[in-house]
Amino acid sequence: MIPRELKESLAQHIASIDHPRELVVDVMFAVQDHYGYLSDEAVEEVAELLDMSPLEVEQLATFYTFIYREPVGKYVIHVCDSVICWMEGHESLLDHLSGKLGINLGETTPDGMFSLLPVCCIGYCDRAPAILINKKVYGPLTIEKLDDILEKLRAEGLTPSI
Amino acid sequence: MMNYPQVLFQNRKADRIATLEEYRQSGGYEGLSDALSKASHKEVQQVLLDAVLLGRGGAAFPAGRKLMTVADDAPHPRYIVCNADEMEPGTFKDRVLIHADPHMLIEGMIIAGYGAQAEKGIIFIRPEYESAAIILEREIEIAEKAGYLGKNILGSGYSLDIVVHRSAGRYICGEVTAQLNALMGKRANPQQPPPYPTEKGLWERPTVLQNVETLACMPHILRNGPEWFKKLALTETGAGTKIFSVSGRVNSPGCYELPMGVRLSEIIEVHAGGMVEGSEYKACLPGGASTRFLPRDFYDIEMDFDTMRNVGHRLGTGAIMVFDQKTCLVAATLNLVEFFARESCGWCTPCREGLPYIRDLLRRLEEGQGEEEYIPMLQQMSKHLWSSYCAFAPGAVSPVESLITYFEDEVREHISQRKCPFK
Repeated sequence: MIPRELKESLAQHIASIDHPRELVVDVMFAVQDHYGYLSDEAVEEVAELLDMSPLEVEQLATFYTFIYREPVGKYVIHVCDSVICWMEGHESLLDHLSGKLGINLGETTPDGMFSLLPVCCIGYCDRAPAILINKKVYGPLTIEKLDDILEKLRAEGLTPSI
Repeated sequence: MMNYPQVLFQNRKADRIATLEEYRQSGGYEGLSDALSKASHKEVQQVLLDAVLLGRGGAAFPAGRKLMTVADDAPHPRYIVCNADEMEPGTFKDRVLIHADPHMLIEGMIIAGYGAQAEKGIIFIRPEYESAAIILEREIEIAEKAGYLGKNILGSGYSLDIVVHRSAGRYICGEVTAQLNALMGKRANPQQPPPYPTEKGLWERPTVLQNVETLACMPHILRNGPEWFKKLALTETGAGTKIFSVSGRVNSPGCYELPMGVRLSEIIEVHAGGMVEGSEYKACLPGGASTRFLPRDFYDIEMDFDTMRNVGHRLGTGAIMVFDQKTCLVAATLNLVEFFARESCGWCTPCREGLPYIRDLLRRLEEGQGEEEYIPMLQQMSKHLWSSYCAFAPGAVSPVESLITYFEDEVREHISQRKCPFK
């Protein structure tokens, strides 16, 4: 269950607009932020808030790239594989990431730190090859730069949040 | 370096947005203020039509004409939607524009909103542009406080509110009718008109959808007049400036605001810093992934909607992706089709079934398992994709068709050598 506070603030927002359903993506994001991904329970909670059927929410949840229906790591790495990043060497970046993290595309490291997902052109072709980590862009990347970033994130991720 | 007038990028800075004050100092909100106090909404439509402002999102539809298709007696509330989804591969001009001068877009939306007599404005933005979404929300609030948004704008009696709508990321959401479905919380499948969105769009109400760059042109047209706007172009048929986002094998990939009709060779050699060392120009996709490869023969072409159309090409979004002689265009096309196959909404059969089929043929060719008969098969399958509901599928096969038109020899080498000749 999402906390009562979150539920109430979402319900309030929903009640304040003419066509509640237009908020479905916002609500999915908010609930996903709480759980880390959109669990079955979350789909039902979103549906209830917006007076939709769980199936209606499900067909949106599975449609969008940034809604995760499975658990993901603390850091979600989206690797751009569209044509400019492809030309600038995205494949060697991906191989390196895969090797270093020990996971393939679509998987999460056993410690729950990193998930690796492909993404289509993210609109940073002037900084190719580029990736997103939790929606923040990094590029143009080299293997060395990538290693630095991963190390920093790992250290940051291991620091307990207060 | 040629010194062309900077209109949309006049306040562009290296590290931050232009503030409302800076935008006003450069003449910002004067066009709106004049329009609201002196012109009827019909006159605004006419000025935009006279300026030959064509849609910068790729379709090149006249912006003034679009506003005119909203009937006088059409019901309210009406909607003005800014398409900031910008998911066409190679395209990043709208992101740069919002990060340079957000009030230019906001003023453009108010002008277009007035032209359509709309009460509600929505900016539809992709999740990868979260920083732009945050900027816009903040600047919308600042514009409201300054009296440019909300009730009774500048005492004119005209009212408009603007909200930012975040998408969760899917290429098809950039298509007009799909975007409307997405906004209404439905699966973003396109719908074949009629009814047209300007007649029955969001919640059955008239809805005008314009691209970021198109809207950003509007304040300047209102302030300086349609003749001035037309004269910005180097060609007779063109009008205004165009932001070209250049990427690929050039020394300085980035966004360049240049006159409409500037030559491709000049964009690459002068503005984008020339080809990287050891690279020669082989081809480019001139306006995103859904345009046709432009080979060496067109290297000096004037980049304008009309001149491109006259030679069977499209200017699209003006996103120029440059390929060199060392890049295999079969592999590049395979990558592009992979993108389209993944992003197809799957609603109609030719697109859902045809793209994986084409991808499979291209993959076999690239892996050296191609047969002679694959070439006519690719052509025929591409033709079938033109009978889909929306422009997604015809766009998706543009690289495939042009690959065979201009680079058939390269495709054949893959077949005769039983391998990719670039490997």
